[in-house]
Amino acid sequence: MSSVITVAPMPADEQETTTPAVEIRGLHKWYGAFEALGGVDLTVAAGERLVICGPSGSGKSTLIRTINALESFDEGEIRVDGIALTREPGTVEAVRQRVGMVFQQFNLFPHLTVLENCALPLRLVRGLPAPEARERALHYLAKVRIPEQADKFAAQLSGGQQQRVAIARALAMEPDLMLFDEPTSALDPEMVKEVLDAMVQLAAEGMTMVVVTHEMGFARQVADRVIFMDRGKIVEEGPPQTFFTHPREARTRAFLQQVLRVH
Amino acid sequence: MHFADNVDYPALLGRPIVFLPLLALLFEALRWWNFAATAIGRGLTGLFSLTGLTPAADNVAVAALATVVVGFNLAVVMRLKLRRQVYIVWLELAALILVFFYSFNLSFDFIARKIGFLITQGLVMTLYISLVSIAIASILALIGAMAKLSSNGIALGVANFYTSLFRGIPLLMQIYMIYMGLPQLGYVVGAVPAGIAALSLCYGAYMTEIFRGGIESIPKGQWEAARALGLKPNATLLRIILPQAMRVIIPPTGNQFIAMLKDSSLVSVVGVWELMYLARTQGQSEFRHIEMMITASLIYWLFSILLELLQGRVERYYGRAHAR
Ligand SMILES: Nc1ncnc2c1ncn2[C@@H]1O[C@H](COP(=O)(O)OP(=O)(O)OP(=O)(O)O)[C@@H](O)[C@H]1O
Ligand SMILES: [Mg+2]
Repeated sequence: MSSVITVAPMPADEQETTTPAVEIRGLHKWYGAFEALGGVDLTVAAGERLVICGPSGSGKSTLIRTINALESFDEGEIRVDGIALTREPGTVEAVRQRVGMVFQQFNLFPHLTVLENCALPLRLVRGLPAPEARERALHYLAKVRIPEQADKFAAQLSGGQQQRVAIARALAMEPDLMLFDEPTSALDPEMVKEVLDAMVQLAAEGMTMVVVTHEMGFARQVADRVIFMDRGKIVEEGPPQTFFTHPREARTRAFLQQVLRVH
Repeated sequence: MHFADNVDYPALLGRPIVFLPLLALLFEALRWWNFAATAIGRGLTGLFSLTGLTPAADNVAVAALATVVVGFNLAVVMRLKLRRQVYIVWLELAALILVFFYSFNLSFDFIARKIGFLITQGLVMTLYISLVSIAIASILALIGAMAKLSSNGIALGVANFYTSLFRGIPLLMQIYMIYMGLPQLGYVVGAVPAGIAALSLCYGAYMTEIFRGGIESIPKGQWEAARALGLKPNATLLRIILPQAMRVIIPPTGNQFIAMLKDSSLVSVVGVWELMYLARTQGQSEFRHIEMMITASLIYWLFSILLELLQGRVERYYGRAHAR
């Protein structure tokens, strides 16, 4: 049966034909004279789990925020599911409908209940009728194990609960790709696990994920590939086994020593 | 207080070092004012049959009595629950104001004869002008705020010029300019539409700044979350940003509504029969200006109170996510 084969790496010729989830070529971005991204090339295959790490200010957020056009870029090319990202409303809408995002600061809508946070975008963007939006929202809230909080407001939840709602809200849009920008950095230590658990489960279901995080345990467990960024460039990348045990670059080693000591 | 602490500091008025000097000050003020000769003073004199002394002794006795009444009143009210305190203080102060008006020796007969017309013509016209202007001003404010926040230079320029002009020129002048200036351009405009136009434009300019401030108070993350979910600009503004901004927008907007209710009286200069116009003209025939002015004032006040209550409700609605 072919389903058995899917765990094995795809044959080379088949890899050619599958559209990558994200394809970035020669990406440059400047803030004035400051180069935030200095020529990034990156391909994320469909179904791949990519972890991006690197010191503060290295351009990790800038990079993943260009993927759903929250950040502009000056040179280079980005393709999401084969769609070339321009500033044209149609393409940006098409890309944003395929890409979900989870932020460090949760960014739940405080004037809406947990349920409305998930259901309103479904109605406004996907045009679902209210009952179906509600049902789908509840389904995804159950997935992150938080359905009993559906009628509360965001401010009434703990940080970990809020972040799980944010994950459910993004998932409810049923995206092809999920971006996470330091989803656990704003959380107290005891809440980190509940959020990581939800992400591990998501990975197990085959979601394509690009995760900026310093949670090296998560990277080891889940990532297919780890990328180390510094000063707007990708310095090193590799599967977690080799990345963590045999980092090639001195900068990577210095960085890993620091995070591994802290965590 | 906002974010109340969990310490029971002694009430300010409960400290002898505060209330004793205050009462002494009150007593001196009443005596100096010759309180016994005022309407309230006479009332107190009659109530406690203090007559028969010299006027000076009378004055001291009445001042002392009034001071004791105030002190006793404070002592009682201080021991009540907060909500009752608010109501009682409110009613007492309102009663004082009414007594103040009453002391003018008003002709209630005259008021009774005129109040019907004051309401059916004057109040109705005032409310009509105010409500229409409020509605138009709110729409102008929203458009103005969006223009000011846009990256379109033309919209920005128009909006900046608009708020500068209509905030910078006295409302009275705007009313004259629209009523008497537009006919110069070949367009004759009625007094009521001219008044509504001036009020709407002027308050729309003020409220543009309120709306802009409210929208700007919402953090960037809210815009980004909405955009990342695929919401388009209109949906982001109307469903995500504005409902949150309302919390910031409502209190100053309530102020504007109340101010507009009273500023609608400026329209009387072009002869619109609204409340203030009638209050001034109806009293003339019998030299009963004060009666009409006080009646009109109380009507304005009453409707300001209604607006305040409405504002409270709207504030609670938009603040419900923040009330735990
Ligand atoms: N709006 C901006 N204007 C100017 N410089 C900016 C702006 N946003 C980011 N930068 C700079 O770009 C660089 C990359 O920022 P970015 O937020 O992508 O870093 P990061 O790797 O996500 O860091 P962190 O781990 O602190 O989140 C930083 O040096 C930052 O100072
Ligand atoms: Mg960052």
